[in-house]
Amino acid sequence: MSLDFKYGFDDFFRDETYCDDFTYRNSPAAIRRFPFPFDRDDYMYSVNMEPHVPGRKGSVFEKTFDVDEHYLSEMRDRARVLAKDPLRCQSLPHMTLAGWDLLELIMETKAREYPQWFSLTKDGNRWHWINRPLGIDQKFTFLDETTLPYGPLEYITRQTQGDFTLQDEREGTLWVDAGMVTTQADWSLDFDIGMNFHEWHAPVPLAHENGIFDRALKFLLKLQHGAPVRRFNWTMTVNPLLDTAPETYPEWGHMRTLLTQENMGHMMHLRVELQTLYRLPRSNAIAFDIRAYLAKFEELVTVPKWGRRLHRVVRDIHPDLATYKGFIRNRDAMAQWLSTYDDGAPTSPGWWPED
Amino acid sequence: MTKAEFPPSIKSRPVYGQLEPRPGALHLLIADGEGAEALADLVAKDPGLLPKAHVLYTAGPKGADLWHKIEAMGAKQAQKAASIPTLLFRLARVLQDAPMGTQVYLTGSEGLMGQAERDIMALGFPHADIQKEHRGSTVRRVQCVHCKGITENVETDPFQCSHCRLHLFVRDHYSRRLAAFQGVNIDAEDKGQIPPAVERFK
Repeated sequence: MSLDFKYGFDDFFRDETYCDDFTYRNSPAAIRRFPFPFDRDDYMYSVNMEPHVPGRKGSVFEKTFDVDEHYLSEMRDRARVLAKDPLRCQSLPHMTLAGWDLLELIMETKAREYPQWFSLTKDGNRWHWINRPLGIDQKFTFLDETTLPYGPLEYITRQTQGDFTLQDEREGTLWVDAGMVTTQADWSLDFDIGMNFHEWHAPVPLAHENGIFDRALKFLLKLQHGAPVRRFNWTMTVNPLLDTAPETYPEWGHMRTLLTQENMGHMMHLRVELQTLYRLPRSNAIAFDIRAYLAKFEELVTVPKWGRRLHRVVRDIHPDLATYKGFIRNRDAMAQWLSTYDDGAPTSPGWWPED
Repeated sequence: MTKAEFPPSIKSRPVYGQLEPRPGALHLLIADGEGAEALADLVAKDPGLLPKAHVLYTAGPKGADLWHKIEAMGAKQAQKAASIPTLLFRLARVLQDAPMGTQVYLTGSEGLMGQAERDIMALGFPHADIQKEHRGSTVRRVQCVHCKGITENVETDPFQCSHCRLHLFVRDHYSRRLAAFQGVNIDAEDKGQIPPAVERFK
């Protein structure tokens, strides 16, 4: 049994790369729906959670698990990373049930929200899953690992954009005990697996002192099945690298030294994480979906409001945050490039491009 | 005094207390190097531990060997191991017979305590129930996040990975599952720019 993809690239699903020649880019429609994370002209950490309910039509919030034009290329990149480093997907032995919970959530939701691409039919525990864009037609027995080519977590997340971690709840905290992590902003699942909420967030500056993690944990422990929540996080990435893992830092770190005013527009990317959290029904675990969206600076400044605002955020950010997010060395050059797109005009509140 | 003062750090960095006698069916005392002194302090507080005590001991990473203090203690059982890996093999055997109500006391270097804690936790023992007191050397056990190789007894920051030879800086980020701190390539961005190694761990 194996999971062989037949990539159905077409007018919608782009055939592009996240390594080597970096052909990744956004269509004009994808730029307009980019989840620009700044709702005001400055930035500081906050818990900033809201219910993950369907949002504006066409936006990344319209569906529970957004499937966009990058889907197939992103899944191909994940397969590439996993072939080189299988430790990017791990599940401690007690987390298999949570993996099934996640598989069920994703399959049911995608089949309902994208019937043109996904289908799930059930006869008791005998399930039939069809993923048309990836050319998959799989019959299996729900809760029986021997009937899938991978464990349930790995099977479904090889077909789903975004990193996923599964948190077990015990001793009044959350433990990151499983995950599929190939599109991360510089953290290692292999190192962090088994840590509790405060431990895996330990390297984040400023936020512990502000009580951010205490409040976030309190909030998450109350998370109810059927009432998912979401928040944004963001960083900057040179070249459209989905895989900015600590493991491969010696391969991509030096790219940060290559920026000039001439290449800034197409090399520097705003990386936005749409993070969504779901309580799972059988395991009582929490699934954490970290979906990364990348946009080139030159793509973002086609929206005048975003050009003005991004300049102000980058120019004024706390240096500790710029250091943690890995762009302190380029911050001034980035602000200089962006300043061309900031005429000083006021910006409207909220992140939508047209408001 | 053999106790090290660790500066305040991030929340994944282990903190250590002072061993206190607790009621137990078996007292498992595990130490290396100067940890022998912490065990002596422990049994001085409650000599009643000794008839139910099993001591596993090895010399410290810098060679401190206080086995004579262990011998003089008079525990029901005491073994001296040739190295930490040897001690861990013996520990695995002892844990097979550990009854409910076993108390575990770890003391000495972070490498010894971390690895013993890892093996004991793997049996379902909550880490918070394992007492730990640091004594002696502060050298670190570090995992290279790139090649995943472990380098034992790291003294300097940065240091060179003993496996892939990359120059790594030593973070305070610590994994109990690996019993190791994290090492990250220091010249990934500016290749060849490696600051001089500073002796941070003695």
